[in-house]
Amino acid sequence: MTQLITTPNIEGPDDFYAELIALHAGRSVEESEAINARLILLLCNHIGDRQALREAFAAAQGEPTP
Amino acid sequence: MQKIFETPLYPYQRSPDQDRPAPARHAVVVVGAGPVGLAAAIDLALNDIPVLVLDENDKVSFGSRAICFAKRPLEILDRLGCGERMVEKGVQWRLGKVFFRDKQVYAFDLQPQAGHKRPAFINLQQYHLEQRLVERVRELQRRGRNIEIRGLNCVTGLEAREDGVTLRISTPEEPYELEADWLIACDGAGSLIRSLMGLDFVGRAFEDNFLIADVVMDAPFPTERWFWFDPPFNKGQSALLHKQPDGVWRIDLQLGWNIDREKEKAPERVIPRLKAMLGEEVKFELEWVSIYTFQCRRMAKFRHGRALFAGDAAHQVSPFGARGANSGFQDTDNLVWKLKLVRDGLAPDALLDSYDDERVYAADENILNSTRSTDFITPKSPASRAFRDAALDLSGRFPFARPLVNSGRLSVPAVYDQSPLNGDDDPALPRVTRPGAPAPDAPLGKSWLLDPLGGRFQLLGIGADVPHRLEIEGVEVEGLVLRAGDDPSGALADRYLGPARQAVYLLRPDQHVAARWMSYDESKVRVALARAIGKG
Repeated sequence: MTQLITTPNIEGPDDFYAELIALHAGRSVEESEAINARLILLLCNHIGDRQALREAFAAAQGEPTP
Repeated sequence: MQKIFETPLYPYQRSPDQDRPAPARHAVVVVGAGPVGLAAAIDLALNDIPVLVLDENDKVSFGSRAICFAKRPLEILDRLGCGERMVEKGVQWRLGKVFFRDKQVYAFDLQPQAGHKRPAFINLQQYHLEQRLVERVRELQRRGRNIEIRGLNCVTGLEAREDGVTLRISTPEEPYELEADWLIACDGAGSLIRSLMGLDFVGRAFEDNFLIADVVMDAPFPTERWFWFDPPFNKGQSALLHKQPDGVWRIDLQLGWNIDREKEKAPERVIPRLKAMLGEEVKFELEWVSIYTFQCRRMAKFRHGRALFAGDAAHQVSPFGARGANSGFQDTDNLVWKLKLVRDGLAPDALLDSYDDERVYAADENILNSTRSTDFITPKSPASRAFRDAALDLSGRFPFARPLVNSGRLSVPAVYDQSPLNGDDDPALPRVTRPGAPAPDAPLGKSWLLDPLGGRFQLLGIGADVPHRLEIEGVEVEGLVLRAGDDPSGALADRYLGPARQAVYLLRPDQHVAARWMSYDESKVRVALARAIGKG
């Protein structure tokens, strides 16, 4: 069974997207890369479920989710 | 003053074997008098198997080399009669600190679960350890055991046959030949025996150099393991500071790949690096400096007929996690009792194939752990570095990131879950003592559970009666019974009973659990023992 939610799940998608982009405003490529890495680790820990994470890894690199 | 590692402890002496018209035949020849070879020899001697150790050198390890010895190898050394003297000399530590750039991000306490005789780790220079092993060999010789070390005896030729090996040995005098029923190669990562037999040793090489410096200093650093990622005094690299006995400190500095190794080893390059790390005011003296690179690799098989490989000769890991020497002790711990039973004709030759099964499995676990540590410490891609730095950065503020930080997963023994020697299990009993696991220690009032264990098959009845003695397939099994009154702390019940009121454990001579039940049933014990000696 698929654990990864792939249907719309965020309230206020435009606001969320603007906040995500704002996180990187005025940052260098290196700073953005560091922020993204920290963000991914924080979110992965929040999700916790290894199956959902594996499905997200697969989806992120273009593979079909199981 | 001459250092212990500059003193010949087993100087060359001409052996009568060198004057015989035909090669002398020995029961077991161990090649290499390092920690693993000496432990193998002591174990063989305690099993009344005559053993000859050949070493190309005549001294203990030059420089400190391996310094961290874990609980399980200390328990094995206890069984060999020399654990106490290691622990007395060693430095015990349990606190580790992790630094990232210019600040400490967190500290961890390795405090092991209470109720074990031995600590999680001691730090002890390899030369001190080897010196104590040589002392133990001398004690056994005085008691008439057939154990001998020949220094400056270098194996230069080898012929392997179905019933043994013939060795050609060079000495300071003329070369000579020897035959051996069995050969145990403990001659290190650069094993000559392995080369002479044309066996492969494949794995992954890491493109990085590390400077190792042992310094004698009188400094106020606490007895802790300090690990730095990207410190100001070694930008972009890592560093380690660790205490050893006699005021000696181990310092490990990552140097990167493209360096001039000879130049970096020179005191005029090393001393400024150390001053930058320790502070200008700290006075120190260099005891030993070396630059090393490393690989994670193993032989495809550790058994080749009558030749058996153990320790670094069979497998090599990065130093992160102290899984080198520590796993070598577990190799010979696994091997010697099997060799004894096969040699005595009590077990089929195939029992020695289980040495391969069990120790290759353990080597893979060690290689996996040490490779992961190395990849964390020395990231191989920009993305890997970004995540590494992110984990370190977050670890200061958020506990969740601390388990991701990997400065070495310190050596723990493998559980042989897949072993063909494992017998019955009762899954209602605690997982920690399942078949294949090393028996965990527990305090029994004034003594310890492990004190009388090992060296032979034993049947441990906990709250259950078992016979004092059984003979199965010609193998003697000793019965031991423990009651609730023997377990004042409750640790024995925790580790061996769980919710059960009683249990029976069949233990191998290396203290690993072979099988376990809720109650004693002789027919089941017979089946399990046959299986544990390769007849199942």
